Amino acid sequence: MTPDTSTPRQAGSPASSPSAGRWRLDPAGTASVGSRVLGLVTLVGIAAFLLVALVASPPDSGRDASINQMGEAVRIMYLHVPVAIVCFLAFFVTAASGAMYLWRKSEGWDLLAAASAEVGVVFTALTLATGSIWGRFAWGAWWVWDARLTTTALLLILFLGYLALRRAITDPVARAKRAAIAGLIGFADVPIVHYSVDWWRSLHQKATITRFNPTIDGLKLFALMFGMVVFLLVYAWLMVHRFRLQYVQARAEERGLDAAIAERRAEGSSGVASPLAGTGAAR
Amino acid sequence: MEPVVHFRGAVSLLGRFPALAGVDLDVAPGEIVLLQGPNGAGKTTLLRVCAGLVAVVAGSARVLGVDLVADRRPVRPRVGLLGHDSGLYDDLTVADNVRFWARAGKTAAGDAHAAMVRLGLDGRLADVPVARLSAGQRRRASLAVMVARRPELWLLDEPHAALDQEGRDLIDGLMRDAVAAGATVLFASHEQDRATAIAHRVVAVTGGTVDAKLPAVEAATPGVTASGTPRPPAPAPDAASEHRRQGGEVAGVA
Amino acid sequence: MLHDALLVVGKDLRLEWRSRVTTNQVMPFAVLVLVLFAFALDPDRRILQEATPGLFWMAVLFSALLAIQRAFVLESHDGVRDALRLSGLDPAGIFLGKAAGIAVHLLAVELVLGVGVTLFYGAHVGGPLLLIVTCLAATAGLAAAGSLYGVLAAGLRLRETLLPLLLLPVVAPVLIAATQAFQAGFRQASGEGWRWFGLLAIFALIYTSIGIFAFDPLMEES
Repeated sequence: MTPDTSTPRQAGSPASSPSAGRWRLDPAGTASVGSRVLGLVTLVGIAAFLLVALVASPPDSGRDASINQMGEAVRIMYLHVPVAIVCFLAFFVTAASGAMYLWRKSEGWDLLAAASAEVGVVFTALTLATGSIWGRFAWGAWWVWDARLTTTALLLILFLGYLALRRAITDPVARAKRAAIAGLIGFADVPIVHYSVDWWRSLHQKATITRFNPTIDGLKLFALMFGMVVFLLVYAWLMVHRFRLQYVQARAEERGLDAAIAERRAEGSSGVASPLAGTGAAR
Repeated sequence: MEPVVHFRGAVSLLGRFPALAGVDLDVAPGEIVLLQGPNGAGKTTLLRVCAGLVAVVAGSARVLGVDLVADRRPVRPRVGLLGHDSGLYDDLTVADNVRFWARAGKTAAGDAHAAMVRLGLDGRLADVPVARLSAGQRRRASLAVMVARRPELWLLDEPHAALDQEGRDLIDGLMRDAVAAGATVLFASHEQDRATAIAHRVVAVTGGTVDAKLPAVEAATPGVTASGTPRPPAPAPDAASEHRRQGGEVAGVA
Repeated sequence: MLHDALLVVGKDLRLEWRSRVTTNQVMPFAVLVLVLFAFALDPDRRILQEATPGLFWMAVLFSALLAIQRAFVLESHDGVRDALRLSGLDPAGIFLGKAAGIAVHLLAVELVLGVGVTLFYGAHVGGPLLLIVTCLAATAGLAAAGSLYGVLAAGLRLRETLLPLLLLPVVAPVLIAATQAFQAGFRQASGEGWRWFGLLAIFALIYTSIGIFAFDPLMEES
């Protein structure tokens, strides 16, 4: 989770790319000067965030409008809320990029969708974990069939299904198309799941369970907002690298095409088709 | 007259394998063209590309006037493809299958029955589930579907395989009839003598290309050249136009 | 579109008539699930009676997985997928036909299950109208979403394990809504039930519309 700026730096030396601009990408790596700066900023941001969230901000006093009296446990909120927001953002990006892919048919949107889904899984899992810890203190149970918690759990499974589908298809175009549609179908489901679980709970549990509403003011509000910025940075940093990795992977797979065509044509002059060709064309 | 098949430098991929690595091919209306080449040369892919099933990723390709690079879907209902798979529902009977696919292609109700009669499937076999047929009988059933749908371009992949002597004669007859009715035939076969006897022209396919230099099978029939460019077939055009004047149900070939 | 849909659903029903897979395998499986639930939850009828709506719809979901799997194995076997693409059938029509075929099979399974829960669990029908329209709406939603994922997974490696993973989270609202509506229907206090029916209808509408548009690209590139 912690952003690591010591990513592979092969070919990153100035000698190999003398005219390289600040944002130029390594041909074979996933980092650029820009992404390293972003990583560094993120790292500093996390350190500052920990300081604010764990030390500087006061514990929940339980006075005034706060019903929860969370005490020190309120600090989990500074992590939980930003992570949860990024998790839904990641899912939205996956679905929207899928839609853009179906419209524009350009590979970039598909790679963006895939990268966002991968990063999204991590954030969704973190949301569930932190939400569960929060629930332990606020409601006295690790798991409550709360609408948000349940929707998030289903979201995690939708994400995992999406990634499993991507792994099951080898052809890049077919994969992009099917994954985009699967992402959109899943996206349409999230609000329905949320409403149905919400109604479902309100039907059985007359006593409303306490929500996330401790008094938020001053430093607490700042910690929350700061956490949001920091985790958006983390998301952006991870996205840059995952996207870049997918892109390099696609290029590596593609690089052989011209050679493959030449090789294929050469079969003709030798008059013998290779056994590999036989399996390919027998379809 | 616009060629039925017109390929220039057409490249098609199966996954990441370039099954077609730049094909130049012209087929004129009313021709019967034989694709010859070793296993894995790309014959099956070429036929599937013509059917609009496999995408052309580079070069240009037109079939029946449809630009396959832009949108290959419109060509599909107008061609008939006999592949290695039967394209039939195992649990349905022969008659069920032929009727379903014929109706899917919006052909007249009588066509399905006529096709089954033509393929010798109108008797006891009509009510047998396809799963219980022999390989040759399945082939006949697939052919019946194709005949019923009256395609403008026939694409046959090893049509002679798995058939008995009578069945092979039947195939040859069907091809001749199709051309007489104004259609065009492109087929791949390893049945050297039989195939070259019926083909107007032989095209050698190797290494995902159509190779004009290769000494293919010029020998067998006088109409045969080993070139990728068309040579007007001897009897076909007249018969075709004759038929069009009479029946005219085969549209868009000329 | 409708002509093609009727053709496809007619073909699927004829296929069922000839092969009897739903009648001879899926229906007995559904009843078996009911019996297994009874084993798992003790033969105390009170627990079973309370849990009847949920158990009923769990059995429907499991059967739906089998029916969808079967419906799309048919369409990718022995070159049929190619034949469908060559056929000139409207993809939207194919989707509606497949979904309608699956829906008919599921309704038949639900009928058997309905008899099953009355018999084994002693379920008592309070509001038959609500139960019937719930079945119709829930089945439409299951069939539409199922057809979408069925064709999405069809022809892929690992499709047997992929389909449940993809489909079940998406139809979770159907399970919740149908169970709640059934609870209301059994209790005769069906006021809340109609709200759930509304949710089921919306779900069915959304996924039918998605299917009509998405089936065309999904039929390509197997």
